[in-house]
Amino acid sequence: MSPIVEIQNLSKSYRRGDRRVPVLQNINLDIQEGEFLALMGPSGSGKSTLLNLIAGLDQVDDGTVIVGGVNITSLSESELAAWRATHVGFIFQFYNLIPVLTAFENVELPLLLTGLSRRERREHVELALRVVNLEARMDHRPPQLSGGEQQRVAIARAIVTDPTILVADEPTGDLDRVSAEEVLSLMERLNRESTKTIIMVTHDPRAAKKAGITRHLDKGLLNDVHSQAPV
Amino acid sequence: MFILKLLFKNAFRHKLRTSLTLLSIAIAIMAFGLLRTVVSAWYSGVEASSATRLITRNSISLVFPLPLAYKDRIRQVENVTTVSFGNWFGGIYIDRKNFFPNFAVDPKTYLDLYPELILSPEQRQAFLRDRKGAAAGKKLIERFKWKIGDLITLQGTIFPGNWEFVLRAIYRGRDENVDESQFFFHWDYLNEALRKTAPSRADRVGFYMIGVDHPNNSSNVVQAIDRTFKNSLAETLTETEKAFTLSFISMSEAIIVAIQIVSFVVIGIIVAVVANTMSMAARERTWEYAVLKTLGFGGWHIAGLILGESLLITLMGCALGMAITFPGAYIFKKSVPMYLPVFQVEETTLYLDLVAFLGVGILSALIPAWRAIQVRIADGLRRIA
Repeated sequence: MSPIVEIQNLSKSYRRGDRRVPVLQNINLDIQEGEFLALMGPSGSGKSTLLNLIAGLDQVDDGTVIVGGVNITSLSESELAAWRATHVGFIFQFYNLIPVLTAFENVELPLLLTGLSRRERREHVELALRVVNLEARMDHRPPQLSGGEQQRVAIARAIVTDPTILVADEPTGDLDRVSAEEVLSLMERLNRESTKTIIMVTHDPRAAKKAGITRHLDKGLLNDVHSQAPV
Repeated sequence: MFILKLLFKNAFRHKLRTSLTLLSIAIAIMAFGLLRTVVSAWYSGVEASSATRLITRNSISLVFPLPLAYKDRIRQVENVTTVSFGNWFGGIYIDRKNFFPNFAVDPKTYLDLYPELILSPEQRQAFLRDRKGAAAGKKLIERFKWKIGDLITLQGTIFPGNWEFVLRAIYRGRDENVDESQFFFHWDYLNEALRKTAPSRADRVGFYMIGVDHPNNSSNVVQAIDRTFKNSLAETLTETEKAFTLSFISMSEAIIVAIQIVSFVVIGIIVAVVANTMSMAARERTWEYAVLKTLGFGGWHIAGLILGESLLITLMGCALGMAITFPGAYIFKKSVPMYLPVFQVEETTLYLDLVAFLGVGILSALIPAWRAIQVRIADGLRRIA
């Protein structure tokens, strides 16, 4: 079976003043469909940059990133935007919900780019909110929700289009222990029951434990593989 | 529907800021509307002029009179139907600040030539019968609370002395463009007095007003009249009523141009105000635009949201501004009735308001939208951290 994400000879650097600072160097990584992968490493190791490149948020300097058979490094900006809309679900550390929209409307946002009718959108949104157990709070705006609830709305927004992969950047970084546990359990359940491929960047060893596989990044290089039995 | 709701919600995130911006737009649109109305009021005389009326005056200047004897010779020119004449009297009523235009005219021919001045048949007859009689416009009557039979004394400036008139008629305009603030009386009354006090000034008129049978004949009549008096002691300059009125307006063209410039400067200022509001809003929401881009929205979607919000704010401000322009115009009209007797917000002004709304809405959104399109997702998301 071919991997859902194939990264070959990937390099990325940033310009700082008149010099280039390498962030990722010659990265090779395969992620199988249905995997729950945790990317760990110290600050500045390139975890978030790698996640952004897999999700098509940034451009590589060298190498290729193939997701679901599509070489996303060859796509233009507008093609990448259209690809992200259907193939990637994002979960951010600070939830990134639009504060003036209700939970329902926040989850509905990605569906505006699809050709779904209003009724179909409603069905999808309600299903996604049911999955994260927030149906009852669909009319609340983000400031009226707790951190954990906001992150669950963000997860509903990430899964509402049924994307190929879910990417999460420190999803529990801004949550208390109980809320973090709820969010991680939810992600684990999505991975287990819906066989969603999840790639998660985290500093938290407890979060990494929930993932099936943990990869370590240090100074832009991928280190050893830690396979774990599902918890 | 979703997008419209989002635009509304975005527009009113900062209620105070948006309210102040709306107020600024509304005041600017009202100022723009009033200034445009001042300009159109200035030209209202041109609008009211007839294509079948000509004005003949001394070719040197309006200040120099023409002999009364010209009347019969003008009457003989082909295609001329009516000849009337008059003088600018320039009288003062009690105080200089009570200015209103007053003329000595030949009443019968004058009223025949200006059918847009509507008088009741009784008052018309009363006015024609009484040599000391005068007629005044409805607005003038309201302004000084005159009534029929009142004795009105004007202090002469061009023709010295105190001149007494009996108000015999009140006219109203046939349409909105007719000036209802004029005062006119019998030229004969003036002339008889001049024969006694200043004989050298008697039997002379300031201008002739000439009726032509068809507008197409105006040009021939103009040439024929001026040819008739060529090489005489008082050569004439004949022009259409419209050209005559425009020549008056051209004297104050610098003021009109200044008003027009100021009206557009007001719009320029409001572009800066709305652009500032939109720039602040867009800068605060950089991370949201990055999130939307992450979800698959393109740069043009983001630009559309900013443009939509700018248009929405401008539209609301413009609607408010247009609504308050009317009471504003009413107050303005009441404040300076003698200078701009015809002061009405024209349909064209409202269309210009709408053009201004579109212009302000689009121009204000350009820079914030361009910046939002340019922002990289990674940079935008970093703003949150």
